[in-house]
Amino acid sequence: MNQDQQKPPGNGSIVLCPDGPILVRGDFDIVTPSGEPVPRQRQTVALCRCGASAIKPYCDGTHKMIKFRTEYPAAPEDSGVPESPQTDHSRA
Amino acid sequence: MKIPEPRGSVSAGLLSFLSGQPGADPAGQEHLHELVTAQLRLVGDIIDDDDLQLALFCLYELHYGGLDGVDDCWEWNPDLIRVRQLLESPFEKALRTAAHECAPLASLPPAETLSSDDVADILFELAARDSGPSMSRHVARKATLEQLHEFLIHKSVYQLKEADPHTWAIPRLTGRAKAALVEIQADEYGGGRPDRMHSALFARTMRGLGLEDDFGAYVDTVPAISLASVNMMSLFGLNRRLRGAIAGHLAIYEMTSSRPNQLYGQGFRRHGFGAEVTGYFDEHVEADAVHEQIAGRDLAGGLVEAEPGLLGDVLFGATASLAIDARLSALIMDAWDNGRSSLRTAVMADR
Repeated sequence: MNQDQQKPPGNGSIVLCPDGPILVRGDFDIVTPSGEPVPRQRQTVALCRCGASAIKPYCDGTHKMIKFRTEYPAAPEDSGVPESPQTDHSRA
Repeated sequence: MKIPEPRGSVSAGLLSFLSGQPGADPAGQEHLHELVTAQLRLVGDIIDDDDLQLALFCLYELHYGGLDGVDDCWEWNPDLIRVRQLLESPFEKALRTAAHECAPLASLPPAETLSSDDVADILFELAARDSGPSMSRHVARKATLEQLHEFLIHKSVYQLKEADPHTWAIPRLTGRAKAALVEIQADEYGGGRPDRMHSALFARTMRGLGLEDDFGAYVDTVPAISLASVNMMSLFGLNRRLRGAIAGHLAIYEMTSSRPNQLYGQGFRRHGFGAEVTGYFDEHVEADAVHEQIAGRDLAGGLVEAEPGLLGDVLFGATASLAIDARLSALIMDAWDNGRSSLRTAVMADR
C-alpha cells in the first residue's frame, strides 16, 4: 500500500469542507472578541460556516438540512440546488 | 461480560464448550462444529437468528472484554476461529444482500478516477437518502420514560464499548486514512480524559436512568438484530480484508449521528433529565459533526485514493450499516406503535 505523499502541514491547518464547516486542527485558541476563551472539548474542531448551527461557533450538522452550498454547481440545471446565490444564506 | 442465557442449540453448545479448557475436549469440539453446520442448513435469515447472533456475539466478545469465568486462552483457539468463520461466511453474505436491497448503488465512475472529495460526496449522498423510520423524532417528541429505558438498553450492547470495533482497523491502514482514524478514535476515547470517553458518557447516562452500566448487563433482553448490528462491526473490524467496510461503516455512522443525537437529547430533557444524562447526546452533536468530515474525506476517501479496489467494500460497509439500523429501528417502532415492549423479556416489570 502507498503511504500518502501529502505536503506536511504547518502548526495548524484549516480545511474548507465542501458544503460544510471549517475544520481546524493544530495549535490554536478560540477566543471571544474580548479575548475570553470559548469553551472547547476537543483538539480538532468544526466551525459553523452556514450560520444555522445551534451550538455556534461549532458545527452541528444543520448545514445538511438547509442544503447549504459553498460553491454553485457548474451546470445548475444538473442538480436540485436553487440557482439564486442568495438562497445559500437565506435560512441561516 | 457475564455469561448470557443461551437462545438455542448453538449458543448453548458454545457456552458449554467455553466452560472447559481449550483443547481439553476434542469430542466437544467436533460436536460443536456439527451443531453449527446442521443449524446453518436450517436457518432462514441469519441476521434475525437469535441463537446464531448470540453465538457470534460471544465469540467476538472473547476479543474484547472476555466472558466471565471463560479462560482467556480461548481467544485464538483454532477450533473456535473455525466455528466463527463458519458463522461469519453466511452472515457476511446476508449483509451484502441486505445492503444491496437497502441502497442499490447506481453505476459509479471507476474508483481510480475518484478523489477523496468524491468519495465523501457519495457517502454524504447515501446518508441523506437514509429513509428508515425515524426513531429519533419519536424519542424527541413522544417516547415514554419506559421507552427511553428500552432505547438505552438497545444501544448499550454497543455504546458501552463505543469505538472499539473500529479501532481494530488502525494497524490495517496507512498514511492519511490511518491518521484520520486515529484522530477520530482519540476523540471517541476522550482525548486522554477517561471521564470524557464516549462509552463512559453513555454509562453515566444509563446510571442517570437507574440502569446497570456493566457491559453486557442487558444482552439477554435485546433481540437478534441488536446483536447483529454489533456483530457486523466486529466482523468488519476483525477481518483485515474488510478494512474498506469498517471505514465505510464508521463514515456513515458519523454522517447519520449529529441530528438524531440532538433529538435524543431533546427527548431526555422533555422527561426532566439534566446534563448528567443528556451529556452523551450533546457531545455527539458536536463531535460527530467533526468526525463525519474526517471520516468521509480522509478516512474513507483517503483509503479509496490509496487502494481504489476497496471502493466497493467502503460502500458495502456504509449501506450494510444503514440497512441493519433501519431494521432495528423498524422493530423498535413497530413494538412501540403497538403498545408492546421492544425487548425480549420485560426487564421493566420490576421497576
